[in-house]
Amino acid sequence: MAKRKLSGSDIVIQSLVDAGVDTIFGYPGGAVLPIYDALFKQNRLKHVLVRQEGGAVHMAEGYARSTGKLGVVLVTSGPGATNAVTGLTDALMDSIPVLCLTGQVPTHLIGNDAFQEADTTGITRPCTKHNYLVKDVNDLGQVMQEAMYVARSGRPGPVVIDLPKDVLINEAPYEVGKKPVAKHKTYRPQIKGDNARIREAVELIAKAKRPLFYCGGGVVNSGPRGSKLLTEFVKMTGYPITLTLMGLGAYPATDNKFLGMVGMHGTYESNLAMHDCDVMINVGARFDDRVTGLISEFSPGSKKIHVDIDPSSINKNVAVDVPIVGDCASVLAEMIKVWKEIKPSIDTKAINKWWDQIEKWRKRDCLAYKQSKDIIKPQYALERLQALTKDRDTYITTEVGQHQMWAAQYMKFNQPNRWMTSGGLGTMGYGFPAAIGVQMAHPKATVIDIAGEASFQMNIQEMSTAMQYRLPVKVFILNNEYMGMVRQWQELLYGSRYSESYTASLPDFVKLAESYGAAGFRATKPSEVDDVIKEMLDNDQFTIVDIAIDKGENCFPMIPSGAPHNEMLLGPDDEAEKPVSEDGMVLV
Amino acid sequence: MEPIERHTIAVLVDNEAGVLARVIGLFSGRGYNIESLTVAEVDPESAISRITVVTSGTPMIIEQIKAQLDRLVPVHRISDLTDGGASVERELALVKVRGSGNKRVEALRIADIFRARAIDSTNNSFVFEISGSPEKLDAFINLMRSLGLVEISRTGAVAIARGAKGI
Ligand SMILES: Cc1cc2nc3c(=O)[nH]c(=O)nc-3n(C[C@H](O)[C@H](O)[C@H](O)COP(=O)(O)OP(=O)(O)OC[C@H]3O[C@@H](n4cnc5c(N)ncnc54)[C@H](O)[C@@H]3O)c2cc1C
Ligand SMILES: Cc1ncc(C[n+]2csc(CCOP(=O)(O)OP(=O)(O)O)c2C)c(N)n1
Ligand SMILES: [Mg+2]
Repeated sequence: MAKRKLSGSDIVIQSLVDAGVDTIFGYPGGAVLPIYDALFKQNRLKHVLVRQEGGAVHMAEGYARSTGKLGVVLVTSGPGATNAVTGLTDALMDSIPVLCLTGQVPTHLIGNDAFQEADTTGITRPCTKHNYLVKDVNDLGQVMQEAMYVARSGRPGPVVIDLPKDVLINEAPYEVGKKPVAKHKTYRPQIKGDNARIREAVELIAKAKRPLFYCGGGVVNSGPRGSKLLTEFVKMTGYPITLTLMGLGAYPATDNKFLGMVGMHGTYESNLAMHDCDVMINVGARFDDRVTGLISEFSPGSKKIHVDIDPSSINKNVAVDVPIVGDCASVLAEMIKVWKEIKPSIDTKAINKWWDQIEKWRKRDCLAYKQSKDIIKPQYALERLQALTKDRDTYITTEVGQHQMWAAQYMKFNQPNRWMTSGGLGTMGYGFPAAIGVQMAHPKATVIDIAGEASFQMNIQEMSTAMQYRLPVKVFILNNEYMGMVRQWQELLYGSRYSESYTASLPDFVKLAESYGAAGFRATKPSEVDDVIKEMLDNDQFTIVDIAIDKGENCFPMIPSGAPHNEMLLGPDDEAEKPVSEDGMVLV
Repeated sequence: MEPIERHTIAVLVDNEAGVLARVIGLFSGRGYNIESLTVAEVDPESAISRITVVTSGTPMIIEQIKAQLDRLVPVHRISDLTDGGASVERELALVKVRGSGNKRVEALRIADIFRARAIDSTNNSFVFEISGSPEKLDAFINLMRSLGLVEISRTGAVAIARGAKGI
């Protein structure tokens, strides 16, 4: 196709359109006015006006995680860019593909402490996968293409392009309709795993007596095919599987081979299986400290296989025996092929014995809780939410805290991309904007942010965004009038001195919703929960639900920091008996 | 505890703005050691620079450092010159010494033994140029301390593998 002369702003828009982007989340300002003017004159890109740039990045994350597509953000220079930093760091930690376009002062003013100047590439260097400062409009088309490729490929992540205002105004030739690039001169992620290693892994898997699949966000990153192949392989072997917080949905939660989430607030059976297994098959998980607990006592007797697309994830925290660098889907397909080829005769007797052991652990019913007639237990509220949404086209996001962990424990995900949560950075205020992003991508779906009253307030300004775009997002607040997760740690480690962990001066969330023209409902008794959930689901507008839950409830099971997997606290009685070690105090 | 090892790592990078900040930021951000770091363009035509970094850590940390360097987008290739067979390592230093009488004569004599060259001289001072392994430079500088050492400028180590094969 012929090249046309376009302004920098038009090149930005045209490159996004050429790459199949249809939605961007942003906020205007002086440095990006040329792009906003160009946006005004076109109708292929839909722009969602947020209320704070921090919200824009989380929206893009929700959009990206629920679709597998790139999330795109547009913010102005200086404060616009610095407001985006938390979201960028969040996307980096959780491997979410985000492109963030930031305005910058004109090139001749860079370095002069000009109005709304910030060293955006300097500030975002450690919180992006890569970043660019474009100084010549002739480089812009190429940089746009490259940036989108880098954000999406390999281990996905956030990429920033800093755009000085003169670059947006100047013109350069651009080939409209250009195919997106699929390679890069220095950045070449490894997709295919090493065949010999894969064979070695499969032979180890075939000989296992106490095997366990431990899988994570990498499977979700490798697309629906990754989850499909994982499910196929796990079913072929008949082995148990556990998932990380980021991996939920990568294997169907309602299948019997799924032991529940692993880690600090994971199930008893998952953590004991991690501790006692003889072959650990890690596919796309990164041995995070929330999962390993005390490293020196982490799964002491197992041979470990680790499939990861990022070589720096391998042998970082835990030394492994069979490292395989590659994409989960590609490696799983290969593993299945080899498995079928060698037709292994697995040690059925040993495997049955292992399952018997697991069933014994399961019988502890670690997620059981004491139901109450008068007070709403958070677990009960979520069980009802799960029951009443399971037949709908549902997407769940969360904020950060106890409610997040209860959501991970009680909501059941049978598909990937249905669960959006801030795992690595643990960003309060993530869930609500993320839900808006999800709803933009799936207008007809039921999108629910399971929230704490403290977290919701961190990006509460986006209510206005939800209203403006008529997004029927639901905010389901488990309101304990505490930063419950902080309070729980203070009970465990600081003699119940509740230093600044109460959430005073809360708004009336029902009236708050109404003041925006949205719907608000409240439940204060267990008998009201079902009705309120039904009203929420029947409502086709933005809705806030305030569930007044038991203010003292804590989240169990729990492995205190610095403890090994087999020293879980299963409930409040355990908590009183096993004081946390001093070593654990220094850990987070 | 695993033993601490010293490694010299060569990193070929695209010579683009900010690339050095990326490498240095990686070391400071992740708490790795930098004993020395040198950088210069080695292929002007394709704008490729070579960074030589001397670092130390346990074998697991060294493996991490290499993996982390390799995943930076503008990095073409990395090579661990300590692990990858024999290599030669050199550093250059300029050493200023002030003194008169016997001390001046002694400084010249030692410079001669170390094959250091005087590249500047006044009635009461010398600037010596010396190259060699970092250890040799250390030894020379230590001897100069009692002979009127004023100032030292060192380049940091550069290194290359022995033999016919390129990186
Ligand atoms: C309050 C709180 C409590 C928490 N408690 C728990 C807990 O109890 N249990 C728990 O599990 N987590 C918990 N977390 C989350 C935890 O902090 C980590 O975010 C999470 O464990 C990491 O999940 P992951 O290992 O699946 O890795 P991710 O962060 O999802 O990383 C994915 C890995 O896969 C790799 N990868 C990416 N794409 C591909 C691909 N295509 N092919 C192959 N590999 C790929 C990446 O390189 C990376 O190594 C908690 C978080 C919070 C905020
Ligand atoms: C931005 C940010 N600041 C502080 C924290 C530390 N933190 C983790 S959970 C939590 C309390 C969350 O309270 P709430 O949203 O009410 O959830 P709950 O635990 O009560 O369910 C805090 C303060 C955080 N994760 N993120
Ligand atoms: Mg709370």
